[in-house]
Amino acid sequence: MQVQRAAIGRPSAFAGRRMAVRATAVTTRPSVSGRMAELKAQKKIAFIPFLCAGDPDLETTAVALQKLDALGADVIELGVPYSDPLADGPVIHSAATRALQKGATLDAVVAMVAEVSPQLKAPLVLFTYFNPILRKGVDKFCQQIKEAGASGLLVPDIPLEETGTVRAACERAGLELVLLVTPTTPKQRMADIARASQGFVYLVSVTGVTGVQERVQARVEGLIDLLHSVTDKSIAVGFGVSRPEQARQIVEWGAEGVICGSALVRALGEAETPAEGLAAMEQLAKSLRDAIPQ
Amino acid sequence: MFAQQQSVLARTNAAAHSAQRVAPVSRPCRRPRAVTVLGAALTDAPQEVQKFERPDSTGRFGRFGGDEGIKLRKYVPETLIPALAELEVAYKQAMDDPDFHAELNAILKDYVGRETPLYYAERLEDGSMPEIYLKREDLNHTGAHKINNALGQALLCKRMGKTRIIAETGAGQHGVATATVCARLGLSCIVYMGAKDMERQALNVFRMRLMGAEVRPVYMGTATLKDATSEAIRDWVTNVESTHYILGSAAGPHPYPMLVRDFQSVIGRETRAQCQAKWGGKPDIVLACVGGGSNAMGIFNEFVDDEDVRLIGVEAGGEGVETEKHAATLTKGTPGVLHGSFSFLLQDADGQVIDPHSISAGLDYPGIGPEHAFLKDVGRAEYFAVTDAEALEAFQRLSQVRGP
Repeated sequence: MQVQRAAIGRPSAFAGRRMAVRATAVTTRPSVSGRMAELKAQKKIAFIPFLCAGDPDLETTAVALQKLDALGADVIELGVPYSDPLADGPVIHSAATRALQKGATLDAVVAMVAEVSPQLKAPLVLFTYFNPILRKGVDKFCQQIKEAGASGLLVPDIPLEETGTVRAACERAGLELVLLVTPTTPKQRMADIARASQGFVYLVSVTGVTGVQERVQARVEGLIDLLHSVTDKSIAVGFGVSRPEQARQIVEWGAEGVICGSALVRALGEAETPAEGLAAMEQLAKSLRDAIPQ
Repeated sequence: MFAQQQSVLARTNAAAHSAQRVAPVSRPCRRPRAVTVLGAALTDAPQEVQKFERPDSTGRFGRFGGDEGIKLRKYVPETLIPALAELEVAYKQAMDDPDFHAELNAILKDYVGRETPLYYAERLEDGSMPEIYLKREDLNHTGAHKINNALGQALLCKRMGKTRIIAETGAGQHGVATATVCARLGLSCIVYMGAKDMERQALNVFRMRLMGAEVRPVYMGTATLKDATSEAIRDWVTNVESTHYILGSAAGPHPYPMLVRDFQSVIGRETRAQCQAKWGGKPDIVLACVGGGSNAMGIFNEFVDDEDVRLIGVEAGGEGVETEKHAATLTKGTPGVLHGSFSFLLQDADGQVIDPHSISAGLDYPGIGPEHAFLKDVGRAEYFAVTDAEALEAFQRLSQVRGP
């Protein structure tokens, strides 16, 4: 861990530092859609872990991102902590609250991403609620995260009708905007969302918020089929996926990607020490990675 | 009970303030007449073309939201979009159905006890103030205006064939109103309430449980109204296929701000008729307290197009708007998104929501209904803040001359 920390520079200085502009990162970071297409061509399934930035602290997040990348994460979702995360259950809500208490501001998160992203193979998708984007300025936000090395953006509280401005800003900045479909989304709307989604189509496996579920609902199989019938884009399934057997089930049902969030966030953030958290997170991530064909 | 008194005092205090801050507008030959809402309440939709069209066909109120070309109306997870669309359709159908109006009006009359009196508070007179009339929403069944909206939405819920109701509550007035209409209509009811508010408002928790509602404590964040609302939305996302969410304020994603306003606008309609009957005219000033803004929208809505009627909203100033402990969203907030709508918001430089403060449970909400933001933006309504201390003082004064 010490070695990895050294590799990313001065992690303790993330908080409050202005983000450095890294022109090289902008040109060399892989796109989400490119990575998904590559995997599809090789008949591989994407493993997409999610972490909440700043929990337990930004230094640990930086190390965790590298560990996930090293063990074979294909795309990494990074959550920017928000005070009122409507789409998140208690695990990620608590993680975000802890992260904010530790000073994980948007600028600090972006600075950390700028430091770490050049060393990651996996494209990064930033997951954040709309209000912080609006507050920063939609264009400015998109430019800053792109310059820091993010490849995509996911905003859980903007449904299709509200994506116009964010999508335009993403296009100007060179980011891909990932959209979500859910079990309540009607077929025609699924088609519209899939057409507009970039990188992949995020299929929410539950009616509900993020969190660990006992098992994946049987209707997910039908939802994957339905979504496949309206789009050629890769489908990644998330919300409630926490165990290898769930990941295997989703792969059997034909998804091109498996997203795991709350269980990893819990492993990392609820441990006694950052080192124990990293070890627990890494063990769980490996077991998920091993369950998904690569 | 205490909540109700608090909202009373906020309004009353505002009334006292209007005397100091609001110079008599016109007709210097007599003192102005001010009407203020007593008890907590909301409104009803425009029946004809108005000067201020609210909301437009996409659910926006002026730049709230249409700011900078952004279409702002439903900032919620995708899961809820079909339910919001269904609600919009059901509402429109209900509004076009005379049977719905007949049923609603009959229950408002015989069960809720409408119309509520417009009472001239003559003992508040000292010659220096406007003549103050109190619109007695506190005399509704359950003690607040909240039941106007809860009832309307519960009837909509039955039309949509849903049997499970959820609600958020701050002071407990909306929770009690919702529990009451659910008991009346045979719907199952779950109310989310901040753990701190459950302590402050224990009697209302008892009342809700007495009527068969389940009250679920919310411990996250400040354990008050904001977090209760977030938790109710999370429940709705999870159980949307069987559940209707009776949102209690003129806030949230479209169509809620419109729908809640419309169900509360009975307050303003009655007030106009009562003013006409009492003195053959209109009030010079209409004044109401604003938390999320439902009772204020309920009375403002009727008078928005009467430019000779001043509309004044009074926010909870807590320990003072110059301190960090207040809930004066329109006075001190900035444009932002909370609980599905774009409006003013108490937030920090990073767009994180700031924890509000008010001595009154329920007024400590960091957001505000988007139509109030619109009315402020276009200069149609004025908004002031009064402190906890000022509100308490006015409450005592009102109690002593009127009986609480």
